[in-house]
Amino acid sequence: MVTVPPMTPTFLLGFTALAVLLYDSVWPEETDGSVLTGISVVGSLASLATAGWFLTADTGLVSGGMSLYADAVVVDGMSLFFTALFAAVTVLVTLASYDYFAGKGNRGELYGLVLLAATGMSLMASANSLATAFIALELASLPSYALVAFLKGDRGSSEAGLKYFLIGALSSAIFVFGISLVYAATGSLVLPDVAAAFQGGLGGRAGVASVGVLLIAGGVAYKTASVPFHFWAPEAYEGAPAPVSAFLSSASKAAGFALAFRVFVEGFPLGAAASAGIDWALLFQVLAVATMVLGNFAAATQEKVKRMLAYSSIGHAGYVLIGLAAISAQASTNGDVMGAAMAHLFVYGFMNTGAFLFVALAENWGVGRRFEDYNGLGAEKPFAAVAMTAFLFSLAGVPPLGGFFSKLFLFTGAIDAGLWWLVVIAVINSSLSLFYYSRVVRALWFEEGDHDLDSAPTALYAALAIALVGTVALLPGFGPVIEIAQEAATALFA
Amino acid sequence: MLIETLIGFAFVAALVTFLVPDEVAGRVGAALSLVPLAGTLWMWAQFDGSGNALTGGQLAFETRFDLLTLSGYQVQWFSGVDGISLPLVVLTAFLTTLAIVSAWTPIDSRQSQFYGLMLFMEANLLGMFTALDFFVWFVFWEATLLPMYFLIGVWGGPRRKYAAIKFFVYTNVASLLMFVGFIALVFGGLGDSIDTLSLPAVAMALDAGGNLGSFMGLAPGTLKLVAFVAMFVGFAVKVPVAPLHTWLPDAHVQAPTPASVMLAGVLLKMGTYAMLRFNFTLLPDVASDLAIVIAALGAFSVIYGAILALAQEDLKRIVAYSSVSSMGYVLLGLVAFTEFGIAGATFQMIAHGLISGLMFMAVGVIYNTTHTRMVGDMSGLADRMPVTVGILIAGAFGYMGLPLMAGFAGEYFIFVGAFHSTVIPSAPLFTAAAMFGIVIVAGYLLLAMQRTLFGPFSLDADYEVGRAAFHDVAPLAVLLFAVIALGVYPDLFFDMILDAIAPLVGGGA
Repeated sequence: MVTVPPMTPTFLLGFTALAVLLYDSVWPEETDGSVLTGISVVGSLASLATAGWFLTADTGLVSGGMSLYADAVVVDGMSLFFTALFAAVTVLVTLASYDYFAGKGNRGELYGLVLLAATGMSLMASANSLATAFIALELASLPSYALVAFLKGDRGSSEAGLKYFLIGALSSAIFVFGISLVYAATGSLVLPDVAAAFQGGLGGRAGVASVGVLLIAGGVAYKTASVPFHFWAPEAYEGAPAPVSAFLSSASKAAGFALAFRVFVEGFPLGAAASAGIDWALLFQVLAVATMVLGNFAAATQEKVKRMLAYSSIGHAGYVLIGLAAISAQASTNGDVMGAAMAHLFVYGFMNTGAFLFVALAENWGVGRRFEDYNGLGAEKPFAAVAMTAFLFSLAGVPPLGGFFSKLFLFTGAIDAGLWWLVVIAVINSSLSLFYYSRVVRALWFEEGDHDLDSAPTALYAALAIALVGTVALLPGFGPVIEIAQEAATALFA
Repeated sequence: MLIETLIGFAFVAALVTFLVPDEVAGRVGAALSLVPLAGTLWMWAQFDGSGNALTGGQLAFETRFDLLTLSGYQVQWFSGVDGISLPLVVLTAFLTTLAIVSAWTPIDSRQSQFYGLMLFMEANLLGMFTALDFFVWFVFWEATLLPMYFLIGVWGGPRRKYAAIKFFVYTNVASLLMFVGFIALVFGGLGDSIDTLSLPAVAMALDAGGNLGSFMGLAPGTLKLVAFVAMFVGFAVKVPVAPLHTWLPDAHVQAPTPASVMLAGVLLKMGTYAMLRFNFTLLPDVASDLAIVIAALGAFSVIYGAILALAQEDLKRIVAYSSVSSMGYVLLGLVAFTEFGIAGATFQMIAHGLISGLMFMAVGVIYNTTHTRMVGDMSGLADRMPVTVGILIAGAFGYMGLPLMAGFAGEYFIFVGAFHSTVIPSAPLFTAAAMFGIVIVAGYLLLAMQRTLFGPFSLDADYEVGRAAFHDVAPLAVLLFAVIALGVYPDLFFDMILDAIAPLVGGGA
């Protein structure tokens, strides 16, 4: 039997990035971009396939997890689950970029940056040491800054990139300061050792540790676009090229959560942390409420579709935060609710990416950005409009789409954990979201429009179709997704 | 696997119809819809179930396998039909085909999308009436909202956007309320005593009583009451029971005719079907406690709907409000809790589905040819379109409950059942009040008929009266035939309905 390194899915993303850059430097005159797109799509598909293979095959990775490089990195069910998610989003985004970036800049650089960021995200999901976590976070963030500002001639894009970079740099500083304080208090960066230090009692250093944990939570909140570090998100998503917005709001957000799940559960076990005065579940309850309320209410007042999606993406971060907020020290429900949060991120990876890809398609058609500009697209481009409708209703959580299942599992999980008041707030928010998502649906189908659309970007359409299948096919396929997610999450608490 | 095949086929047919060019979409949709129709008719011919699905009866065409685990409860794909669901399944397939044919004339834009949505709705309705696992059932239940939302919003009348959103918001909020009620009952009340969400399991666990726990500080009795009310209100919006009916006239009047046919013919039955399955089967004791309230609501709906219909000038609005009235009878029959009351209510669902479909289609044909629905604008139509008018009058008689038509059979059973009810205090009084509704129904229908159909012809000055095509009138004839067939020989369905109802009221197997 052939043995493959456990890190193969992550490596594949990284190597594909290098291959793209290599090809681009050897044959820089190639402007069509089809080879570059081919390399990127095949590479990320291979990563997706290996991650899926590791997850489903009996390789012993899912249950136990494998510690590598002196415990700096761990490969287990959760890291593979998230890597599969990042790879899937990368496939969609690179495929869509083939059309979107035609004549808008060097695709070699673009794909290289996207794939490097995906590598960093995959590493974030595997990080078992705070140092690795920081490096991975930077590896994911630095290419993202450049990606947001990728349209050099576009003032909005450059401005968004600058804002994103400044806030990102500040948040990184906060995060790394938090890490240093935790190191000062516990004497280690490796998560199990940090946890052991917490369990052994921190003595007089509990205060230092709690400030550290709080600052690390801040870093996580930044990456996941959660309140109070959410200010950059609408600006960056709005200004960035639409496929990049899709990438950031789906994959990058999920990476932030992957990091948060592991660091907080493994590094700061709740019982020990609480006895040291650090009740981070309470912190995340507050963050979850603030994030979903702010995100949804702000989304309801937007005039532009992309900005609405950006704020709704903040709202969804609020839902996923329930996965951390509903954790309690000795409960048996922890794995279920965190698994449900992971499954929601997985579904979100398809439906949210799909929604932004439709925005990309609209930009490609030369349709404006406001709700009214989408009037009548349903009659003119029925397939794309059906896909967009499915994404939006799925985001709103309407059955029988994927978003309904993931929200349902998330909410029932939280009720099982006793947080029914949080679920009431989430359900109210979810109903509100139906209002603003249906504004787009209304524009697409109910209004008359007058467009002159003749471009038929094949690759963008293909990406849209894949995202649609991902959103709809979860109806019969949700069982395996939620089971893998819950199994992976439960393993984290073992 | 027959049920799954039919549902799956309808989904595929929806997709195919969506993709074919507009010119042929109507024909393709109608042809494809014949397959589920033939399948359900075959199911009806081969039906070998007995008893009530929720009380351990013998299901026909049962399929069952595990899907996923939800908070420790096994969610299953669990489908099958008993004597209650089979007639509704047949009705769904039957009305879908006819509604698609009746859409050939009025729908003149984006046809492939229209027929695709109709078939998509059929698939979900078939799933809704056959699913016996709560979770799967709820998914289908909610998924029927989407096609209707688009059918009203895209192809509807001038105020279609308002009507579509009102419909969506009302029924969606109602569904959430129902969902919360059911989940609280199962997760909270039954707790660990069951491990699946299948309706028979829930019904039997509740029937066994005893181990119902408390939930969030609610005592078992209160929990049952709260769950019952939440579910009842959720379904009552769908039925609709006055005063929760306000979405219906808007939706009906704005919806295109074929969508109105489906809305009145099948979608309203979702509410009473669910009431029968959930409220009256799962929690019969609470239903008995609240019988007087529910009976009063039923009688109120009958009278109030009829009076509102009396005041309308728009033919379609008249038919729409009369649905409120007719569904009030169904509610009265259900709450009577006698064999004839519940079975009559179930039969009346079918009868009303056929008759209201017939009426909406006939009004649609008149509108296509005259471009008006206002009673005041028309007179003397009988001379110019004798066939359509003849069928319309026959349908109106069916609505009034003329003997030998399906409406008579349903209403008669309901009145007999309600009159002898032991759970409704002073049942004869409520029955008499509801029966008085028939007088008003006859009043407004006869009045409207007389003003629009007879007298001197007055239209051509303002409205050009065209000719109805054969495919406009054919569905009407088929429906009228079905109405008379069921009226003459109710045992086409009534036998199997009775068989499924008997266990609920303590009789039968």
